[in-house]
Amino acid sequence: MFVFSEESEKEIERNLAKYPFKKSALLPLLHVAQDQEGYVTPEAMEEIGKRLDVSPAYVESVATFYTMFHTRPVGKYVILFCHNISCKLLGADDLLDYTAKKLGIEVGGTTTDKKFTLLREECLAACCGGPMMRVNEDFHEFLTKDKIDKILASLP
Amino acid sequence: MKILTKEIDTPGLTGIEVYEKTLDGYQSLKKAFEKKPEEIVEMVKASGLRGRGGAGFPTGLKWSFLAKDVFPRYLACNADESEPGTCKDRELMEKNPHLLIEGMILCSYACRINTAYCYLRGEFRHIQRVFDKAIEEAYAKGYLGKNILGSGFDLEMYSHLGAGAYICGEESALLSSLEGCRGEPRLKPPFPAVEGLYSKPTIVNNVETLCVVPFIVNEGAEAYAAIGTEKSKGTKLISVSGHVNKPGNYEVPMGTPTSVIINEHAGGIRNGNKLKAFIPGGSSVPMLPADKVDVPYDYESIAEAGSMLGSGALIVMDDTTNVVAETLRLAYFYMHESCGKCTPCREGTRWMYQLLSQIEQGNGKPDQVELLDDICDNMSFKCFCPLGDAAVGPVASSIKYFREDYEELIADAKAGV
Ligand SMILES: Cc1cc2nc3c(=O)[nH]c(=O)nc-3n(C[C@H](O)[C@H](O)[C@H](O)COP(=O)(O)O)c2cc1C
Ligand code: SF4
Ligand code: FES
Repeated sequence: MFVFSEESEKEIERNLAKYPFKKSALLPLLHVAQDQEGYVTPEAMEEIGKRLDVSPAYVESVATFYTMFHTRPVGKYVILFCHNISCKLLGADDLLDYTAKKLGIEVGGTTTDKKFTLLREECLAACCGGPMMRVNEDFHEFLTKDKIDKILASLP
Repeated sequence: MKILTKEIDTPGLTGIEVYEKTLDGYQSLKKAFEKKPEEIVEMVKASGLRGRGGAGFPTGLKWSFLAKDVFPRYLACNADESEPGTCKDRELMEKNPHLLIEGMILCSYACRINTAYCYLRGEFRHIQRVFDKAIEEAYAKGYLGKNILGSGFDLEMYSHLGAGAYICGEESALLSSLEGCRGEPRLKPPFPAVEGLYSKPTIVNNVETLCVVPFIVNEGAEAYAAIGTEKSKGTKLISVSGHVNKPGNYEVPMGTPTSVIINEHAGGIRNGNKLKAFIPGGSSVPMLPADKVDVPYDYESIAEAGSMLGSGALIVMDDTTNVVAETLRLAYFYMHESCGKCTPCREGTRWMYQLLSQIEQGNGKPDQVELLDDICDNMSFKCFCPLGDAAVGPVASSIKYFREDYEELIADAKAGV
């Protein structure tokens, strides 16, 4: 069984209050579950289904439509590396390779110490600051190898 | 002339007090409440404002299409901003969230809407925090909630976070997503103004569009209509990215020559290189060759030149660019983001991607360019929603203008280079 923390419960309540129909809170609740556990577990989907009066299968069908919901464990830091056109024109592909090599993983993988997950991402609306990546909630723009080294080293 | 980005770099502008002081924030509400809602709609019509989300539909006209006497009605601000090249709405929200809130209040008043949502793409978590704090401040000052400034008008406003899916920027998919469904587009008509969120009349407007409205209410429709060209009114916030010296968002009057935007605002092409191609309006519109760079940046002129103003994202490519490689990346994007609902788009985007990969990797065959062109033909206007057509834009235009880039790669493949 999945148990939402006290803090999560508050978030859930705050979100349910936004909509006249509770199904609208599905994406927000998936975010809450993911914030708590790092990814969305099958048990969490079942619990969310109960809260919103929809089946667990329905919850899963929606959750898997959206790229930001992880259905498997990810690292402490999730790096979304933009490879789209504006970033690519300024060398994103090389920098992504560099980051993967540095972390010793393939794009899509997680380091063995579970610290980093590296994902390729479509445009993050920071095109004028390309190449860029998002590490958890932080946007980092105008990347260079040097800058990437510093950012990775600064993360506890 | 700055409307959207006036004082945007003022420290602390995200706080309501600084906003009120520097930009006379929320003064437009008092002016609006002295008028009838319909008068505000008329003002927006008279201003000539057209939607900045991509399609350029007249904003006042959209507002006047709301199904009569059907309530409740909703506003959904489109802050999904996932189109490659586009990053203007993010700057507006990140630096001046109150301007958007003010615009959303004016739209809601004009359209007799009592509940407004702002749909932010999932990756904008940090912006949601900025926006939520601004909403809280606006409630505290009595600009939101019950009986706003004693006008008798009530409005509740909320943010809603998506979770990574470009298609959720399409207005009907956005509403599906807001209802807790997969973000798949709906059949139109009925348009959202008739049957939108929860099957009720709904206005979907872009962030930049709504941010213009306080100016129109404060300064009058004529003041806005005086800027820009005959049919493209006002200013436009343009994201300039790619091979320029100073990438950034620049606000210019409509009709400014594209070359001026690239060379003066964005500092010209990097390393003293030459321009090869540019995409005037975000990844979904056809690219144009360098010789069209003097085209005035407005809806009509860009259309005449063979492309579209779209979301207002100018992507610049210099003469070191392999156009096929860039087109391949865009084809990947549309394959990845296709929602899968209809066959021409689901299959077509994948096929395009596969052919482009072969050509780009040096395994192309001469007839594959024709085949690509043929796929474009078979997708154009045959997909369920505009994403399918958007996928065709970059591919068809790259073949039209840069066929020699394809032929070179294919000739090398034949020669076994
Ligand atoms: C695939 C697709 C993605 C879109 N993405 C966005 C977006 O991120 N932001 C936006 O404002 N409009 C986007 N649009 C356009 C919207 O459907 C809609 O036209 C717009 O939000 C209306 O607002 P406006 O009238 O203020 O321009 C997209 C359209 C399509 C087909
Ligand atoms: S055109 Fe593409 S994105 Fe639009 S409905 Fe069809 S499959 Fe989905
Ligand atoms: S293309 Fe990288 S952020 Fe837009």
